[in-house]
Amino acid sequence: MKSVLSPRRAEKLDRLAELASEPSDERGESLTREALRRLRRNPVAIVGAVVVLLFVVLAIIGPLIAPYPPTATVGLDQIRPGVIPGPSSDYLFGLDHQGRDELSRMLIGARQTLLVGIVATLLGFSAGVLIGGLAGAAAGLGGRVGRWVDSVLMRFIDMLLAMPSLLLAVSVAALLGRSLTTVMVAVGFVSVPVFARLLRGSMIAQSQRDFVLASAALGLRRNRVVLGHILPNSLAPVIVQATLTLATAIIEAAGLSFLGLGSPDQTVPEWGTMLADAQRVLSVRPELAIYPAVGIIVTALGFTLLGEAMREALDPKLRR
Amino acid sequence: MDLLEVSDLSVVFARRGEREVRAVDGLSFSVAAGEVVGLVGESGCGKTVTALAIMGLLPRGRWVNVTGKAAFDGGDLLGLSTSDLRDIRGRDIAMVFQDPLSSLNPVVSIGVQVTEVLTRHRGMNDAAATREAASLLDRVGIPDPRRRLKEYPHQLSGGMRQRALIAMAVACQPRLLIADEPTTALDVTIQAQILELLRDLVHSLGTALIMITHDLGVVAGMCDTINVLYAGKVVETAPRRPLFASPRHPYTVGLLGSIPRLDARRGEKLTPIRGSVRDVLPWHEGCAFAPRCDRAIDACIGRTPDVMDVHSVHTYRCVNPWPQTGPDVGPAVLVRQVAPVASEQYEELS
Repeated sequence: MKSVLSPRRAEKLDRLAELASEPSDERGESLTREALRRLRRNPVAIVGAVVVLLFVVLAIIGPLIAPYPPTATVGLDQIRPGVIPGPSSDYLFGLDHQGRDELSRMLIGARQTLLVGIVATLLGFSAGVLIGGLAGAAAGLGGRVGRWVDSVLMRFIDMLLAMPSLLLAVSVAALLGRSLTTVMVAVGFVSVPVFARLLRGSMIAQSQRDFVLASAALGLRRNRVVLGHILPNSLAPVIVQATLTLATAIIEAAGLSFLGLGSPDQTVPEWGTMLADAQRVLSVRPELAIYPAVGIIVTALGFTLLGEAMREALDPKLRR
Repeated sequence: MDLLEVSDLSVVFARRGEREVRAVDGLSFSVAAGEVVGLVGESGCGKTVTALAIMGLLPRGRWVNVTGKAAFDGGDLLGLSTSDLRDIRGRDIAMVFQDPLSSLNPVVSIGVQVTEVLTRHRGMNDAAATREAASLLDRVGIPDPRRRLKEYPHQLSGGMRQRALIAMAVACQPRLLIADEPTTALDVTIQAQILELLRDLVHSLGTALIMITHDLGVVAGMCDTINVLYAGKVVETAPRRPLFASPRHPYTVGLLGSIPRLDARRGEKLTPIRGSVRDVLPWHEGCAFAPRCDRAIDACIGRTPDVMDVHSVHTYRCVNPWPQTGPDVGPAVLVRQVAPVASEQYEELS
């Protein structure tokens, strides 16, 4: 095929195109890269990212830098009823009510918290995206049968959504028995309706857009339209939600442990359990409650800040 | 035989609890192979709905009622199953939409969007499709196609986006191309380039083109045959020259009269058509245009006006048409003809 433009005009066009093209690093950039650039310029995102990064690093190397084993009752001889020694040069965060080093337990507990948060979020994300994606595709393009499928799925999701999340998690945890897996499943389960609802709404909104009609006008098959055009446009809010869910998952997992539904395994410290334990000695050593509480809050805050900043960066309405 | 023959096409939207809307009401027209046919009319006269009905892109449901016939190459498009339609769309009939930005997927690169048509209908593998996509972009006048393939719609100018969409539409060398107001969202200078591109493409590929527009300047520059639509019916059909030289239907005359003309006397006023497209009479109660028509007589009310002069190439649906000589509307001023070179690139600079 030859160009429809005459050679002379094509030449002129090429020269102008050269003049017009900005430095090449400005062009040929993908949307993701552009979002990342906006993210880097946002101080909120930087703070969030630093907190998250610090937390992740601690979770990974925590067991290596912890001065004592988390279960060793190194200071048991110093514990007397009503007396728990505070911070000292040997024990920077002091001892807990069983004479174990609080700093070591905090460091090792970080890994547990991160693990529960990530696995729970992944579980909720996968199940939610599956259900929401199915419902969204069915409602957007499936005709009458599709709308019926969507209705059935969504009524089920609405039921889950109507229940208070912690209550739902508690019932799931109670049903499955005490274990770490239970906590992950319970917390993940709670986030399923959020992801499903979000993706479905996003997909339905996207399937009304012109480019979906345009791709149908090109004769593309329905699954290609859904997977190649609707889904990629709908995922951004869901991914942002995953970051935000990570924050709530950490809080909820700690909540379940606090309520005694967490892992029964006492050898692995967990921030929620530590908080529950500290409750008993609150009048003697309130700091013991403050350390894990601050840990949970700061971590959750980090993920929330990062998530919010990501939402802003990906939001096409805020794009210049 | 004509490539596409639409006869008595009606589209009725009847949402529960709402007044039913007859968007298209017994519309008939035909397109021969390689011909450029215009569908002209105000907003809301059923142009786009007609195009969507032919493509089978109207939502399917009880509240959308499509009747009539759209014979394409012997078969009736309206009776086809969704999957058969999907095979035809993009391969035999393609469509270019009004707004190039919203018609492109913002998060998928141009390359993927062009190649997926090729892999779908022409069974190409990825490498062949990419090569073909680059040559398609080159053909529609996009410089440096290899680089553009990797870019995203927001990195292209408006004119280039429309060029890319046209490349996707002609990728399988369809026999019929429907262009729904392809230039409305673009700058005037770029409009001219896009029109020229469309004209050259349909000429070299032998594709028939249905040009949907409200812009008589576009029609005058491109179309062989023009159908003027009003309230979902064709009110006048004629080849380009007779239509502009001696329009018969008062609505056509009104449309031509509302265009500014270069040769008008200073101070001469434009004559708009009274009222709006919403002041219509249902066709079965008379001529839908009668409430806005200066030439309306008693015979206009009561029954649908018949098509007159059915044996000539110039037909119209009016009981009291303008005489052959017509009012002095003359050929519309064709200001949209000259294509300033590369204005699109200037647009990028600024």
